[in-house]
Amino acid sequence: MHLAYPAVLSALLFCTGLYGVLARRNAILVLMSVELMLNAVNLNLVAFDVWLSRTAEETLHSGQALTLFTIAIAAAEIGIGLAIVLAVYRNRGTSDIDKLRDTAEGHDPDHPDGDATDSDASATKAAAEKAEATA
Amino acid sequence: MTTTTLAVLVPVLPFLGALTGLLLGRTAPGFVRPLAVLPTLASLVLAAVVAARQGGDNAVDAATELTPTGSVPIELALHIDGFAALTAVLVATVATCVQIYSTGYLRDDPRYPSYAALVSLFTSAMLLVVYSGDLMVLLVGWEVMGICSYFLVGHYWETREARAASLKAFLVTKLGDVPFLIGLFALAGDAGSFRITRILGAVANGGIEHPTLIALLLLAGVAGKSAQFPLHTWLPDAMAGPTPVSALIHAATMVAAGVYFIARLLPLFEASQAAMVVLAVMAAVTMAGSALAALAQDDIKRVLAYSTIGQLGYMTGALAVADRGAAVFHLLSHGAFKALLFLAAGVIIHAAGTNSLAAMSRMGRLRDRVPDAYWTMTVALLALAAIPPFSGFFSKEAVLGVAEHVVTGHTEHAPAAAGWIVLLAGLLTALLTAAYATRLWLLAFRGHGTEAPDHGRQPLTMTAVLWVLAVPSLALGGFAFRVLPDWFDGHDLTPTLTTSVLGTGVALAGGLVTYGAWRHTTAHAARVPLGAVAAHPGGDAGQVEAEAIAGHEPAYGDIAYAPDPSDPGRLLLGPLHRPAAAGFHLDAVYSALFVRPVRAGARLVRFLDREVVETYVRGAGTLPRWLGAAVRRAQTGNLQTYVSALLAGTVVLAVAAVLVATGA
Amino acid sequence: MTLAATVGSLTTGTTHLTTGTTDLATGTTNLVTRTTNLVTGTAHLAAESRGFLSPTGVEIAFLLVGLVTFGAAVITVTTRQLVHAALWLVVALGGLAVEYLLLTAEFIAWVQVLIYVGSVVVLLLFGLMLTRAPIGRSPDADSGNRPVALAVAVVAAAALVWVVVDAFRTTWIDLDGAPAGSTEVTGASLFQHWVLPFEALSVLLLAALVGAIVLSRKAKAEARPEADAAATAPASTAPDTPGGTDTRRDTEGAR
Repeated sequence: MHLAYPAVLSALLFCTGLYGVLARRNAILVLMSVELMLNAVNLNLVAFDVWLSRTAEETLHSGQALTLFTIAIAAAEIGIGLAIVLAVYRNRGTSDIDKLRDTAEGHDPDHPDGDATDSDASATKAAAEKAEATA
Repeated sequence: MTTTTLAVLVPVLPFLGALTGLLLGRTAPGFVRPLAVLPTLASLVLAAVVAARQGGDNAVDAATELTPTGSVPIELALHIDGFAALTAVLVATVATCVQIYSTGYLRDDPRYPSYAALVSLFTSAMLLVVYSGDLMVLLVGWEVMGICSYFLVGHYWETREARAASLKAFLVTKLGDVPFLIGLFALAGDAGSFRITRILGAVANGGIEHPTLIALLLLAGVAGKSAQFPLHTWLPDAMAGPTPVSALIHAATMVAAGVYFIARLLPLFEASQAAMVVLAVMAAVTMAGSALAALAQDDIKRVLAYSTIGQLGYMTGALAVADRGAAVFHLLSHGAFKALLFLAAGVIIHAAGTNSLAAMSRMGRLRDRVPDAYWTMTVALLALAAIPPFSGFFSKEAVLGVAEHVVTGHTEHAPAAAGWIVLLAGLLTALLTAAYATRLWLLAFRGHGTEAPDHGRQPLTMTAVLWVLAVPSLALGGFAFRVLPDWFDGHDLTPTLTTSVLGTGVALAGGLVTYGAWRHTTAHAARVPLGAVAAHPGGDAGQVEAEAIAGHEPAYGDIAYAPDPSDPGRLLLGPLHRPAAAGFHLDAVYSALFVRPVRAGARLVRFLDREVVETYVRGAGTLPRWLGAAVRRAQTGNLQTYVSALLAGTVVLAVAAVLVATGA
Repeated sequence: MTLAATVGSLTTGTTHLTTGTTDLATGTTNLVTRTTNLVTGTAHLAAESRGFLSPTGVEIAFLLVGLVTFGAAVITVTTRQLVHAALWLVVALGGLAVEYLLLTAEFIAWVQVLIYVGSVVVLLLFGLMLTRAPIGRSPDADSGNRPVALAVAVVAAAALVWVVVDAFRTTWIDLDGAPAGSTEVTGASLFQHWVLPFEALSVLLLAALVGAIVLSRKAKAEARPEADAAATAPASTAPDTPGGTDTRRDTEGAR
């Protein structure tokens, strides 16, 4: 099989996930898109591992091992991410990403629990960035 | 101790007194009064000893150079001749009297410690001016007096008049001091030294290249300090200060400094005929105008202030005819009787509760309330009006005699024109002086109406000083005119028959005419009730005076004028009365000529600054602000926007990296 | 969907995407034409040796499943029904599992099915439920960032596909012989060479577990007074769920 097939499929899936992360409003849908991106990477890892294990006679199977690790970390990430989203939803009554704009210029923290929501919002941001880094 | 050491101590003692007074004033109030009086008294004694030792012989000269100061050396120098010795005695006498008087006058004043220290500093500065043999050191004393007068005139700074007057005194004298300083530099540049002896030597050798220019520049400073036309306007307003300060400034210190300065450098002025004529014209305008203005004033202290300007005119007149002996003689006698006049006026203001002559003329038995002030003031007024045998007669006749001397061509020092100007103006002023002195006496002591309020006996410190000063006012002239030529240049100061008869005649005429006018108008007094009296039976004199000054304008409509039909001055002056009361509207002229253009210029500058310069500044700030606003728009808070921008940049960078790697 | 259509024929897809690149950067037209020439040239070469245009059965299967996977992924990120998005995600992840099988990585494939399809999607559905996601079409599922997102995604896809195809157009994976990712092979390598990272990963999972619990407890402590005051319904039910799912996910992750 040509390596180009899984590689192109992986690239396309990754960009689909990218689009979802950038375009979706609901935080859980964003998490789904992150999962898509992670899976695209996994496909890439597996394909290259299979190719290298034959061509270069590589016996470590690092690609597959890394895929397993990625799956585990993705599972952990989705757990933490969902916990954060739920916390935000409890505090704000919404899980729409573009409504969490506490870092905007001229934002007035008129909420009584402004500090807590601020930390939550930054946590969401950190989660999203972590997802990007993982991807 | 040598004479030099004693002479150095004379200005230093009051200076130290002032320093300790300022330092200890709050912590040790008990020492304030001794610290105020004793150093001044000691310097009076020392000045007397110095004068006795000098004795009119050769001048005592001593100099030490602290440090080299460049091309023209500045030296701590003493130059004590007869003028300096006697003037110092006068200054110390008046200062001592004022300090003693002030202990009673400002008995309850909370700011008395700083006041007394400033008076000491003032005295010290004047003594420095008198003794100094170096023009730069003299200038130090000259300027210290300026700043002290600012503080002392503004002593009642709670009142608007005092604040305005102190500022005016400071600014007007500074206006004269700027050309004065330039003149000093020009003089030192020509003579190569600031030492008075060397400068006079250079003048004698013809070493001064521009005597007229230098003399006129110096004259500006003198006009400011000695309140000569056209820079005299600060002096009447300075009456907003406490009466002892007025006495100090007017009798012996600040205003005398200018006259004394010309007397010291008279040969320099003699070198320029033009300067002498200018001096004569200045003196004539000053004395005639101020005498007219004095006749119209309602405030008793402003009458005396204008009279001071007039008497200073006599002194500058004497200098204009090149006789400093006569000038300093008049300075001495005037110092005595003018100090007495002011101090007595302070007692009267305290007793009457008002400074308005119109109000006093409606008070009965005021003279019985203040018998000491009544008698001593009568003496002083007679001296002022130059009635023989009071001291003013001899000194004034000395001035007139010298002028007549010049007119008849007996001297080559001064131009005959100056002599004529001084003589005629002097005679006219003698007439007017007698008139306003009579008016003052009649209005203050011959009033009819309700009895003056009884404030009890005046403090002994205040009344005793009056009698001390009454002695020289009465007798100084008669005893001194034979002795003084030994101390001075040797010119004869004996009154000549012509001027004596003429002067006394016009003075008597002026007095009689005023008396007649007063008899004519005094009947109106009862019909027009007038007057506002500050009632503080328990308060000290300073408090009463401050309230009287602050109350004059609301009560009578003007600080110098009262609508009193019984005023003999109104009858005598006729249509001139109103302008004379306002000082011939010189302030208004200055306001139109200088104040308004300066204000308009300031408004223009403000406009330029606010509208033009600020526009540039704002313009410079606008572009960054727009940029900032544009950048701020990116901070939407929307996470997806940020990540989109981040990834778009990443893609662009990646594509660029690939293109570079493939060698495109 | 246009991308999904073009992926059917890789050569036409490549030219299509390269013209897209010329639109992006006209300065690189020379390179792009050169690249297309190379692509066509090597395509002939590959056709001779490997039969690029005459794919093997595995390739056809991979292509078809890949189409399904990609289509499901696209629907996942575009549908307006939130629950449907999760279900289409199941299809995409399952398709990926089939792709793993086709690549002879069977252990990974089963793990994929177990963890992703089995637990992650269930977690996501719980999340949707707990945040009261609307059932049915919600018109505001996409944010205003959509055009930008589309542009970034298309450009990124173009760049990635271009680079990947340019680099690996002739690379051949030999799928014959022993499977590369059987359970035995994977287990051997995992517990021989990757033991230490494996243990480190379990520590990380523990940390994630603790973190999720802490997050829930903190939210609970803060939600209590709010719940007393405003009586918000999810506050009482929410704290238990993440912890429970976490433990379950942890057992699965540890396998």
